[in-house]
Amino acid sequence: MTKDDCKKLVIDIISDIAPDEDLTAIKSEIRLRDQLQLDSMDFLDIVMELRKRHGIEVPEADYGQLASLESCADYLTPKFQAKA
Amino acid sequence: MAYDWLKGIEEHYDIVVIGSGLGGLTSANVLAKCGHKVLLLEHHYQLGGLATWFTRKGGHIFDISLHGFPIGMIKSIRKYWSQDIADSIIQLKGVRFINPQFAIDTTFDREDFTRQLVETFRVPAETVGRFFSDLRAMNFYDNNPETTGQMFERYFPGRDDVKRLLMEPIAYANGSTMDDPAITFGIVFSNFMSKGVYTFQGGTDVLIKKMAAELKHNGVDIRKHVVVEKILTGERDGRKVVTGVVANGRTINCSAVLSNANIKSTVLRLAGEENFTAEFVAQTKAVRVNSSSCQVYLGIRKGETLPHIGDLVFTSDEPKFSSEKLVDLHTTSRTFSMYYPDTRPGTDRYTVVVSINARYEDWNSLTPEQYAVEKQRLIDESIASLERYIPDVRAKIDWMEAATPRTIEHYTRHWAGTSFGTKFEGLKISMDLPAQLPGLYHAGSVGIIMSGWLGTINYGVIVSNQVDKFLAQLKRGTESVSLKS
Repeated sequence: MTKDDCKKLVIDIISDIAPDEDLTAIKSEIRLRDQLQLDSMDFLDIVMELRKRHGIEVPEADYGQLASLESCADYLTPKFQAKA
Repeated sequence: MAYDWLKGIEEHYDIVVIGSGLGGLTSANVLAKCGHKVLLLEHHYQLGGLATWFTRKGGHIFDISLHGFPIGMIKSIRKYWSQDIADSIIQLKGVRFINPQFAIDTTFDREDFTRQLVETFRVPAETVGRFFSDLRAMNFYDNNPETTGQMFERYFPGRDDVKRLLMEPIAYANGSTMDDPAITFGIVFSNFMSKGVYTFQGGTDVLIKKMAAELKHNGVDIRKHVVVEKILTGERDGRKVVTGVVANGRTINCSAVLSNANIKSTVLRLAGEENFTAEFVAQTKAVRVNSSSCQVYLGIRKGETLPHIGDLVFTSDEPKFSSEKLVDLHTTSRTFSMYYPDTRPGTDRYTVVVSINARYEDWNSLTPEQYAVEKQRLIDESIASLERYIPDVRAKIDWMEAATPRTIEHYTRHWAGTSFGTKFEGLKISMDLPAQLPGLYHAGSVGIIMSGWLGTINYGVIVSNQVDKFLAQLKRGTESVSLKS
């Protein structure tokens, strides 16, 4: 699992949560909230999908780590690797 | 022998959901979609809690809850229910206010409210813009002690008319008052102001039937006519945890319980004081429940029509708005929810539902004779008020009846018949529940911001995330144990 693989899995989840958003041009370093119509409920959905699809638990204190695609990859890739 | 409403139930469920209000329904659906085995129990013969309907002789269908919620419902319904249900949500454009201070028609969104406040109420555009922006930026975690009344005074000093325009509709929507924390107004008002007021086309009956079909499709075991009497606890890993419920006299085992009952009922009646710390019990007892509502249901005879006078009409004869006066037994403040045939496409029927805020204590202290008299007065006054806008309406009505806080108590079992859940402090009790008794969760109208159509659905999802985390951990633990053996 590379960071790019991880980003792809996160984008897969976002595409189901926000099907009307164009996700082809997401900038990795910019906060997801600043480029997509995502609210706090959508981020909760990302947390639930990570648990459901990949068995990954994001504690509430770490929700901030999901702010951008880059920070998602930094935070989640080791979690994916630990599971492999 | 009486019919067994629990016939064929399973030995064990991952989660039992008590109550089928929108919070309970949504939690059951989300948790079933997470792969958990869910049992949904409802004491009434119909699902929906206060989001429900009833039918009457003459072909009348009456919707109970005040129809109207923010646009955020479209997204929440699509995500947690289905695209099909989300597609039935339409905007209600005719919101009217008629009172001694002003009479206006509005689409109830930021753009139109800004226009009205600047042009009709002569408030400086800069003040209006700042008010909206500041409200939008309010955060639940800010812990700001300011009340709604104090906040209004800061932006619109001495302007009772502006305060009424802002407060009156929200007081009907969530029962909040000028003395509640400003956040309880700010979040709900901002949600509405983003794009206006919306409703389900097809009516509550169609909505709830679609939801029930979705629940069944996702494997939820739904049982109506089932009263939960007790939440059972036992020991696991040296800690007291939830182990099941007693319902209709029968024990049902489960790993977790999500109560959509009132938070005070959940802690003090269903679980029982013995399962919590003394401090938590004291805090729960101190939680204030919100006020309640009366409704008058007026059915228009088949073949008759009504003119379009607006979708939601906020009327009052009070010289100025007061939170106290709004809930008075003799209040003159009422909201008319007008249901035209396009509410239920394909029909040609009209109904009017009149909503009046009320205090449970006022209605509960009446003798049976007084109660009947007061209900009739409520009906008479509502029709007289409606005659001002539709002069010949009385002759067109062939069904009329009234509901009071006692009716709500009977059908929903809500603590003190509340229709708006609890005051702000109830939210903390609801959120702290699983730390007190592992496996016990609550989703329902608490803290004002978690009530109403949208609030209760979203809170159901927030709590479902906690339940899913708990159940996932439990299942992983069981797996590792069985691997070892």
